[in-house]
Amino acid sequence: MEGLFFNVHSGYVEGIVRGYRNSLLTSSNYSNLTQCETLDDLKLQLTPSYGEQLANVASPFTTSTIASKATDKLVQDFRYLRAQATGALAKFMDFLTYSYMIDNVALLITGTLHERDTKDLLERCHPLGVFEGLPALCVASNIEELYSIVLVETPLAPFFKNNLRSADLDELNIEIVRNTLYKSYLEAFHDFCTTDPTLKGTPTAELMSEILGFEADRRAINITLNSFGTDLSKADRKRLYPEIGKLHPEGSLMLSRADDPEAVRLAVEIVGEYRSFFDQSGLGQGPGSALGGTQKSLEDIFYQKEMELAKDTFTHHFTFAVVYAWLKLQEQEIRNITWIAECIAQNQKDRIGNYISVF
Amino acid sequence: MLSSYGSSYSYPALAAIVIGSYILFTGDGEYFNVGKFLEETSPYSWAAAGIGLCIGLSVIGAAWGIFVTGSSILGGGVRAPRIRTKNLISIIFCEVVAIYGVIICIVFSSKITSIPTQDLYHPENFYTGYALFWGGLTVGACNLICGVAVGITGSTAALADAADQTLFVKILVVEIFGGVLGLFGLIIGLLVSGKATEFQRH
Repeated sequence: MEGLFFNVHSGYVEGIVRGYRNSLLTSSNYSNLTQCETLDDLKLQLTPSYGEQLANVASPFTTSTIASKATDKLVQDFRYLRAQATGALAKFMDFLTYSYMIDNVALLITGTLHERDTKDLLERCHPLGVFEGLPALCVASNIEELYSIVLVETPLAPFFKNNLRSADLDELNIEIVRNTLYKSYLEAFHDFCTTDPTLKGTPTAELMSEILGFEADRRAINITLNSFGTDLSKADRKRLYPEIGKLHPEGSLMLSRADDPEAVRLAVEIVGEYRSFFDQSGLGQGPGSALGGTQKSLEDIFYQKEMELAKDTFTHHFTFAVVYAWLKLQEQEIRNITWIAECIAQNQKDRIGNYISVF
Repeated sequence: MLSSYGSSYSYPALAAIVIGSYILFTGDGEYFNVGKFLEETSPYSWAAAGIGLCIGLSVIGAAWGIFVTGSSILGGGVRAPRIRTKNLISIIFCEVVAIYGVIICIVFSSKITSIPTQDLYHPENFYTGYALFWGGLTVGACNLICGVAVGITGSTAALADAADQTLFVKILVVEIFGGVLGLFGLIIGLLVSGKATEFQRH
């Protein structure tokens, strides 16, 4: 039924997003990129997609310039879409920016705690997560003030309000704050996609539920793996797991009790597709086996899976999930380009094939 | 969703019950009389309602299809301008649906002639009135659904064409079969009204 009314408000935006997706680099483009000898060759190869952004860059340029110019393009495209979006799609796209805002706020809080230069910090913020009150966070001199500014000025207030007190910001590791926010963000986004009256029962709800569920599982697994050897208690760790996804609730419970990678492996084995990830990465098969060298890291396998999910999203019509999928694919493309550029710049040709391409 | 549908239906239902009970309990039960309604309604109003529904629903279907297809062509055409001319064919398919409605309306309206009131209430004229009404409703409903079907397929065709040129013809075949559905309505409309004569004196 979504086909009847979807195009009234979002048909144009969907068409454009699909246009963006069609101009993503394909595997043949990537193989051309990997043949490049210098960064100037790379620039030439990138001209069809990034010509506009790279045209005015002076010749001796670095990988970070390429990355920032590519990000500029992403941001420009995203802002155009956001300007065209109305109604539920506008809210959906705002939700997409919240994850960047969380990263930015976390960055600023860390910076403020360590008394770094605020101008420098603002430059390092992701442009998609910039909001009006962001610079105001820098003027906060103490944690109490920072907390009240976050609550008043940012769209993130609902995520902060229910989960953190001002005292928490002071004592806890900033990673824990970030993960708490992210958990609350993922749950809110999932809740929006599945219960909003205009989205309920549409392909958007179905697809986003799967994608966000995967994201939640990935975070839960990563949190668990990274917590080994730190003083994070199991009860605290359990509180960071998002309450959505395929691992929730049995897998999360088992994860919360895990003490080593082997236990994590057992916990996620209840979901068939995740089992193969651990087999591929060689994690949790006892010491020694993980030293294979050619094996992909778990992180790469998760990225690969995320990209495949995003690619499959484009087989559906009349859904907002394509915007999310495009954003993720474009981000991965930027990571790939940066990786390839980095390998060329540092003359590490043997590792250049380590990018993730799904088209 | 269900609860919101429930509340939107409950008010008309409540109103119907209240009015119905009022008529019944005040001794005017005979006021609700289907036979009398059918006998006293002018065949002209049946015929005119049929023609109006036929063109109205057809145009709604066509317009619906055009906006569904059109917004996708606009969006898809930003990055792949080559799709714009080719995909006008989807718009034409939607437009054809409205033309089916117009054809049937022309055929139907040729059966309306002016005759004196005392000659109007005759079985032949009643037959013509009912035939035009239900024939028009059939054609209109067929075209409405057909327009939506062609529109959604056309939207998919535009976006698929933007991604991969070779898909266009394949999806166009699907679209053509969708477009034929409206033609079925047109044929049945012609058959239903075929036996009906013009309004005439007896």
